[in-house]
Amino acid sequence: MGMTITEKILCRHTEHIEIQPGMLINAKVDIALGNDITAPIAVSEFRGAGGTTIFDKEKVVFVLDHFTPNKDISSARQCKLLREFARQQDMKYFYEGGECGVEHALLPEQGIVLSGDLIIGADSHTCTYGALGAFATGVGSTDLAAAMLTGECWFRVPETMKFVLNGPMNKWVSGKDLILDIIGQIGVDGARYKAMEFTGDTIKYLTMADRMSIANMAVEAGGKNGIFTPDDITRAFVEKRARRSYTFYESDPDAGYSSVMEIDVTKLEPQVAFPHIPSNVKGISQVGNIKIDQSYIGSCTNGRIEDLRVAALILKNRKAAPDVRLIIVPATPEIYRQAMKEGLFEIFLDANAIISPPTCGACLGGHMGILAEGERCIATTNRNFVGRMGHPGSEVYLSNPAVAAASAVAGRIAGPDEL
Amino acid sequence: MISKGNTWKFGNNIDTDAIIPARYLNTSDPKVLAAHCMEDADPDFMKKMTRGDIIVAGENFGCGSSREHAPIALKAAGISCIIAKSFARIFYRNAFNMGLPIFESNDLWDLISEGQEVEVDTDTGTIIISGGAGEPLTVAPIPPFMQELIRDGGLMKHIAAKKKSV
Ligand code: SF4
Repeated sequence: MGMTITEKILCRHTEHIEIQPGMLINAKVDIALGNDITAPIAVSEFRGAGGTTIFDKEKVVFVLDHFTPNKDISSARQCKLLREFARQQDMKYFYEGGECGVEHALLPEQGIVLSGDLIIGADSHTCTYGALGAFATGVGSTDLAAAMLTGECWFRVPETMKFVLNGPMNKWVSGKDLILDIIGQIGVDGARYKAMEFTGDTIKYLTMADRMSIANMAVEAGGKNGIFTPDDITRAFVEKRARRSYTFYESDPDAGYSSVMEIDVTKLEPQVAFPHIPSNVKGISQVGNIKIDQSYIGSCTNGRIEDLRVAALILKNRKAAPDVRLIIVPATPEIYRQAMKEGLFEIFLDANAIISPPTCGACLGGHMGILAEGERCIATTNRNFVGRMGHPGSEVYLSNPAVAAASAVAGRIAGPDEL
Repeated sequence: MISKGNTWKFGNNIDTDAIIPARYLNTSDPKVLAAHCMEDADPDFMKKMTRGDIIVAGENFGCGSSREHAPIALKAAGISCIIAKSFARIFYRNAFNMGLPIFESNDLWDLISEGQEVEVDTDTGTIIISGGAGEPLTVAPIPPFMQELIRDGGLMKHIAAKKKSV
């Protein structure tokens, strides 16, 4: 029997000629990622196991994005520890300060992760890189420590679920809405332990930013990875960024799938996930009157230049409602500069937005936009768990950037057509 | 190994933000993390529980973030074992990688009430409900590779042991 793209990439990183779902394998990793929350534990595990030198100084990447610029003494200490380790190991990819951005936007943009790679990251949204046609999955700090030491990671080969998306999308509908719709249908554990492969003729309408939003939220359905077959759009993105070779894989026609789900996207409207679980999804027309205190546009799901352009389109010549704090977080310095060049910052500032430096910030309730008890935020992020952006008594609603921008103006959750 | 303790019941989809909220992740000190264990699921949890207690949960326990701070907090709080209908993938890995015993049982959640004492034999995968009627429950055996991890005391020790034997 043939292999899926996920099985092929895993297989090519082992000694096996063929692999099947359920097998336990040890595979070589191309990139192992850690951040300011997860890497400190990995460093201490690495040292605890007698580790002195990392397996490859070009393959271990640290991005200090979560609590940076450092929000307090404890987080500054964590970063200091990582900085010293990175210098001592002469790591090629260590990001902080003005070069730093949200890891899952930064790594594809900088050409550090490429098509055909096997990538692990001690961060659950590492699955974002599946947009490039890579196998990428989140692991814990101990897995990262082991990979830093050996260059390998253990995996159970996942079954693959195939999602066939058909038709062009309606206006204001983006990759974010497609994945929210899927999570709404299959639930937050609908793809538990499984690979999610996205195919169908809708794919050709999806930008790399859309594909990254979709792959990013595979973990919100419990998936091990989300993956797209690379095409010309992928090539145009990867070509100009890659500094090493890369490979395009695709599933064999006779590959085996645990399920196939057909989705007609032509009827889909923008989606909103209600608290406190990403599967609690409604179409924008069904939302009702929900007042908001904050609108947050950013994160590894929707902080890319395409997302900021959509937000600017809606915010142009408009202002955020008086009681709404509108926070816009360009995900990387490159995106920040590009947005500035295109004049988006003028539009945002005129709309009374706060423009944040690239950081995870309030997405995980870290800093710079925390919610008080009873406050409501519409966010372009990926999780709306209890307490995710602040007080356990606050609420987070997930949407695409167009809806978040329109809601900021309306003062309640609203679609762009309602303005 | 036998874990015996009183049970605390939680529902489906207990996420890592509920187990250890991100506002406490500016440290990886197990003691600090343990002090806030399960805080957003039950603010009084740490006041009520005692060391050795067992968590019994529904589907998809530990979903969300990859933070190992979650199993670290649970372990440091003194939770001796977690039995859920199912676990989220990364939490499952993390628990084995650091030697926190976890089991999947579809039935236990419905058979007990909170506070009831259970005894778990982590080697054989049997669960006995104290004072409960009927046969002990047998849960799906832990895959051999994971048993190796537990035997060696976690992934890093497993790697070290393998290196030595080469
Ligand atoms: S932006 Fe949010 S979801 Fe993405 S890596 Fe940062 S904290 Fe995690």
